[in-house]
Amino acid sequence: MSVDTAPMTSGTAAPAVGRAVFHRLLLTVGPIVIALTIAGLILLAVGVNPLTYYGYVIDRGLLSPTGVQQTLTRMAPMLFLAAGLIVAFRAGIWNLGGDGQFLLGAVTAAASAPLLVMVMPVWLALVIAFVLAALVGMVWSLLPALLRAYYGVNEIITTLMMTFLGVSLANAMVKLVFLDPGTTVPQTRTLAVEDRLPRLFDTTISSGLILGLVAVVAVHLVMTRTAFGLRLRVVGANPRAAVHAGLNVPHLTIAVFALSAALAGLGGAVDILGVQGNVRADWNPAYGLLVIPMVFLARLNGFATIGFVLLLSVLSIGGESAARRIGVPNHFTLVLIATVLIVLAIVEYVDSRYLSARRS
Amino acid sequence: MTGLFSEIFLSALLFGAVTAAVPLLLAGLGEQMSEKAGVLNIGIEGMMIAGAYVGFLAAFSSESLWLGFLCGALAGIAVAAIMALLCVRLGLNQIVIGIGLTLGMEGLTALLHHVQFSRTYPRLPAADITPIPLLADIPVIGKAFFQHNLLVYLAVLLVFVMGYIYRRTQFGLNLQAAGDKPAALDITGVDVVTTRTAAVLTTGALAGLGGAYLANVGAGIFVPFVTNGAGFLGIVLAMLARGRPLWVLFGALLFGVSLSLTTALQVAGINIPTDIIQMIPFLAVMVMLVVFGRRSSLPAALGLPYVRGAR
Repeated sequence: MSVDTAPMTSGTAAPAVGRAVFHRLLLTVGPIVIALTIAGLILLAVGVNPLTYYGYVIDRGLLSPTGVQQTLTRMAPMLFLAAGLIVAFRAGIWNLGGDGQFLLGAVTAAASAPLLVMVMPVWLALVIAFVLAALVGMVWSLLPALLRAYYGVNEIITTLMMTFLGVSLANAMVKLVFLDPGTTVPQTRTLAVEDRLPRLFDTTISSGLILGLVAVVAVHLVMTRTAFGLRLRVVGANPRAAVHAGLNVPHLTIAVFALSAALAGLGGAVDILGVQGNVRADWNPAYGLLVIPMVFLARLNGFATIGFVLLLSVLSIGGESAARRIGVPNHFTLVLIATVLIVLAIVEYVDSRYLSARRS
Repeated sequence: MTGLFSEIFLSALLFGAVTAAVPLLLAGLGEQMSEKAGVLNIGIEGMMIAGAYVGFLAAFSSESLWLGFLCGALAGIAVAAIMALLCVRLGLNQIVIGIGLTLGMEGLTALLHHVQFSRTYPRLPAADITPIPLLADIPVIGKAFFQHNLLVYLAVLLVFVMGYIYRRTQFGLNLQAAGDKPAALDITGVDVVTTRTAAVLTTGALAGLGGAYLANVGAGIFVPFVTNGAGFLGIVLAMLARGRPLWVLFGALLFGVSLSLTTALQVAGINIPTDIIQMIPFLAVMVMLVVFGRRSSLPAALGLPYVRGAR
C-alpha cells in the first residue's frame, strides 16, 4: 500500500496536478482505511484485537520471506481472473461465472498436462494444457453468451448458474474420469515438480506471476489502445448506440464472453501448472468473487488492478495463516472485502456530490 | 430399484419438493416485487443467509419456531434497508452493492457461527406440523402437500395476496409504474423513492423469512453458506414469471422437485455420484432459460436509479 508516497508526489508536482493525484489516492486509500476500521470493530465484537490480527496478516502475508513469496505466487491466478473481468466489465457484460470457468480450466490442465508430458517436450505440453484450459473456459461461457446475445437474457444469473454447474461438474470429473489410479485419495494425476512452470531465480515464486502480469497489462492495452477495445467499450457504454454505429453487437458480446472466460480458464491452469500440480476432489478456492471487488476498486484500470490484487493476495495468505494461529476463520476476509466494496461506493458518491456542489 | 416407485418414496419426494420450494417461493415473490419496482436485487442471497442465521439463532435460543421466523424476516429487512438506502435513495450501482451485500453477509454469518458454535452444529427439533383436515388423509398426496408447517400454507396464500395487490390496488400500480416509467409516477405526486423502498424492504422480509424457513424447517440446522444459491434461484423465478405471482409458485415447485430429487435419489441408493445429482436443479434452471428465456421480460427502468429531472 503506497500511502507514504502521497505527500512526496504531491509536493514535487505542480499544485493542481498534485492535488488531483492526492485526491485520487485519498479516494482509493480512504475507503480501505474506513473498511479496515469497520471490519476491525467486528473483530473486536467477536473478541479479537484487530491490531493483533491486522499486524499478523501483514507480517505473514507481506513481510515474512516465505509469506511474501506465497503472496506473489498466489497473485497469478487472481491476475488472470482480474484480466477476464476487466474485458467483460468494460464491455458492460457482468460475467460472474469466473469461478466455474476457473475450476474447469484447472481440471482440464490437471487432467491433460501429466499425460502430455509423457509424449512431448515439457514446454509444448504446458502450452497445450494452457490452450485446452482456455478452450474449456470458453465453452462453459457459450450458453450464457448466446442467451445474452440473441435472447437478451440477463447474464448475471446465467453465469452464476453455470458456476454452480461448473463446480459440481469439475468435482465429478475429478472423482470419476480423471482419477489418479495410483492413489486412493480422489485427485487427478500429479504433474511432477520439475515439469511445472519454472520458479523465478532462487525463490519459490512461480513464473506464473509473470504470465498473470502480462495478461492484465495486455488486456488493459487492448481495451484502451486498440480499435477492438474501443468497439467493446462502445458496446458497454451504450449498446443501442453501438448498433447505430454499425457494430455487430451479438458477435462482439460473444467475443467478450469468450475472452473473459478463456482468461478465467487460464487462471485455473496457471494455478495447477505452476503451484498445485493436481486437483484434489472438492477443491475450490473461489477466488473469482473476491477478485470482482478488486477490479471495481481499481476502476477497471489494469495497472491499478495489479496493486489491488496484491492487497487481496496478502489478505488471503495472511488470513489463512491467521485462521490457523489466531482462530479467526477465513470468512473474515470475505467480510473485509465486501465492506471495502460498499464503503468505496459510498465514498465515490459523497465525492461526486461534493464536487458538483462546489462547481455550482 | 423397486424403492423408486413405491408410494412412500413418491410422497417423501413430493413432501421434500414442497419443503424445498417454500424458500424459493418466498424469495421469488420478494424479488418479483423489487423487480416490478425497478430494483434488481442481487443482494437477495445475502438477505436470505442473514435470515437463515438470525432465524436459526432465535429459534435455537428461544425454542420458538415462530420467533425464529420473525427474527429471520427482521434480519432480512435490516439487510434490505442498507440496499434501499444505498441503491434507491443514493442511487448507487445495484449490482455492485448487491454483490457486496451477498459476499459480506455470507462471510459475516459464517464468521459469527464459527465464533458461537465453533465446529459443533446444533440441530433444531423437527418443526410442528399442521395437517389440513380431510385433505391430509388422502394417500400419497395428503402426506406430500397437506401435512406441513403452517408457514407453508401461508406462503401459498401469499401468492394470491400478491396477485391481488398487483392487479387491484393503487400500491400495485404504483410499483409497476416505478419500474416501467418512474417519471410518470413522480408526476402524479407519488414518491418513486418511497415506493421502491417499500418494495425492497418487503423483499428483505420475504427473503429473510425464506432463509429462516430453509434453516429451521428445511435443514433444521445452520451451516455456513446454507442457502447455496437459493436467492439466485429466486431471481431466476422472478425473471421467468414476468410479473405473475402464480408462475413463481409453479416455478418454485418445479425447482423444488429437482432439489428434492437430489436427496431422494441418494436416499434411494441410486448409484449416481452426489456431484452429478447436485447439478439437477441448476440444469433445470438453464433448460428453463433456454426454452423460455426469449420471452422473459423485465421492467424498462430495471437497474436504473431514479433521479428527478435527469434523462
